[in-house]
Amino acid sequence: MWKTILRRILIMIPEVIILSILVFLLAKAMPGDPFTGSINPKADPQQIHHLMKINGLYDPWYQQYWHWVVHLFHGNLGNSYQYQEPVTRLIGGRAANTLWLALFTMILTYAFALPMGVYAGRHEGKLPDTIIRVYTYVTYCIPFFVILVLGIWIFGYVFGWFPTTGSISSSASGWLSTIGSRFYHILLPGILGALFGTVNIVQYLRSEVIDAKGSDYVRTARSKGVPSKDIYRHHIFRNSLLPIAAFAGYSITGLLNGSIFTETVFSYPGMGLLFVNSISYRDYTVITALVLIYGILNLLGTLLSDIILSIVDPRIRIE
Amino acid sequence: METASNFLNIKDVSTAFKINGQFYDAISHIDLQVQHDEILAIVGESGCGKSTLATTIMGLHDPSETKISGEIDFEGTNLLQLDDADYNQFRGAKIGMIFQDPLSALNPLKRIEDQISEVMDYHTKLTKEEKHDRVLQLLDEVGIVNPKRTARQFPHELSGGMRQRVIIAIAIACKPDLIIADEPTTALDVTIQAQILDVLRAIQKENHAGIILITHDLGVVAETADRVAVMYAGQIVEQGTAEQIFNTPEHPYTRSLLRSMPQRDNENDDLYVIDGNVPSLQKMPSTGDRFAPRIPWVPAEAHEANPTMHEVAPGHEVRCTCYKHFKFPDEKGSVTA
Repeated sequence: MWKTILRRILIMIPEVIILSILVFLLAKAMPGDPFTGSINPKADPQQIHHLMKINGLYDPWYQQYWHWVVHLFHGNLGNSYQYQEPVTRLIGGRAANTLWLALFTMILTYAFALPMGVYAGRHEGKLPDTIIRVYTYVTYCIPFFVILVLGIWIFGYVFGWFPTTGSISSSASGWLSTIGSRFYHILLPGILGALFGTVNIVQYLRSEVIDAKGSDYVRTARSKGVPSKDIYRHHIFRNSLLPIAAFAGYSITGLLNGSIFTETVFSYPGMGLLFVNSISYRDYTVITALVLIYGILNLLGTLLSDIILSIVDPRIRIE
Repeated sequence: METASNFLNIKDVSTAFKINGQFYDAISHIDLQVQHDEILAIVGESGCGKSTLATTIMGLHDPSETKISGEIDFEGTNLLQLDDADYNQFRGAKIGMIFQDPLSALNPLKRIEDQISEVMDYHTKLTKEEKHDRVLQLLDEVGIVNPKRTARQFPHELSGGMRQRVIIAIAIACKPDLIIADEPTTALDVTIQAQILDVLRAIQKENHAGIILITHDLGVVAETADRVAVMYAGQIVEQGTAEQIFNTPEHPYTRSLLRSMPQRDNENDDLYVIDGNVPSLQKMPSTGDRFAPRIPWVPAEAHEANPTMHEVAPGHEVRCTCYKHFKFPDEKGSVTA
């Protein structure tokens, strides 16, 4: 199994290199230059030309790319035009916010989805299965941002149970109340994100369980005299969870996409909100850095999926 | 046929499946006996209800989708009266089943050893070490060359023949009195077929088990069976010893089946083909000879209105009276309607 994982990590290296080249070239292709307007609107074009020259902006793209990569390895992603502070510091604080929200959403998603999917599959056609199916279809039909807005309106405004903006309340002091306040702020977006995220998993899991129920190996197990509950525990669950496990890493992609909506609607200061703001302000250095980070996170997600799969499915291990 | 050594008595068993809210008989009024130390072959075309009979004996049908009537007397217990938990005391322990498709009948995520010892987990009080030894012994018995290695492997690492041996090992792990083999060699090539049949015979001799061998391969029947029951459209149309069935077949269906087997001495002739198909469950006639539409040259009055079994020799029974003057159209003296 270690061989499979090692090989998978080695494959990731060229993927990251290609990704970084693409991101860099896209950034280059964007209109404008770093100096026009950032010094003085009346700056002498000669002077800008000089600045471009000493900053290496007339060099061939691969030399510029190389400089960029070297800076990258020194943790230098440039300065944000909008905030006038280093991009690394700007992203650092928000990344933690996004991470907590995403992690919480993911845990809730699986906590809701696994029991629902298994139950619906096991009792196919019965009333609870119908209710779960109607729930998934309805949720699937509603756009995510509508769910968020409705959620805020009902639970944040009408009932007033949850805060509707920010990541922490300004009155929080001391570590316990800080953590409490942070958790309180991710509760509603986390639950709403999870309600939306469960749909795919429930549907997948349900049909996998139904497939597994009728499979030949389950019939073999039954002919061994294995009681029904043990058949579910030892045979059906693990086989049905294979595609869900494969899905787990990729669901990071979904969470990142979702974070853009969630953070915007909840004004939650994370990477998603920063990304949307940076686009409206054409804050190129931040956008480039975020695209690169999101890209690498996606690659890590697929890596995670493959590692999980190689643990649970012996058929794809390399001996 | 009611002798003391019949440990399995199937009496008037019918199994009906629910299709669009209505129940249709897949097998109807089956009477069969199995003794220790014998191999009973059940033959017939696809769709004749052979596998339904096997899964009925094993109690593998979903009770909400099937209706089973009659009595299956297994060593004094009527299996059809048992609930699922009590049935589990029989499945795997006293009745072992070998399935048709070895490629899908094993759990892809479990090691061979775990899949074999699972059946012992529920029916024996063996310790972990004893189970491990028994697994190796079983794998050796079914002809696996390197039991230690195979025990650690996953199903996808084994060939089809090896997987079928593993499935046999599972079926015989608790020394069942009855082994049901549902087309155990269909998915395998001919050399492996012969080896698997040898393994089955050896096990039967050692455990004094009774074997129900379900197959559509008359060659396999001729090689292994002591007695044969021929099924057509959910009914048994003829049963007798293997010699009786092969040497003096009576029922038109049995004779058609034997005639459609390739023979070495008539290699220039075309193979005999039985026209038509087995009727689907919904279109199964409730009265009359179910095989009649496929032998249209036989006059209607030759058939019984409600065909019953007739004993033509000790232990040799045939359904319907139409066998009496039955001739194929190209045979001398054939009567056509």
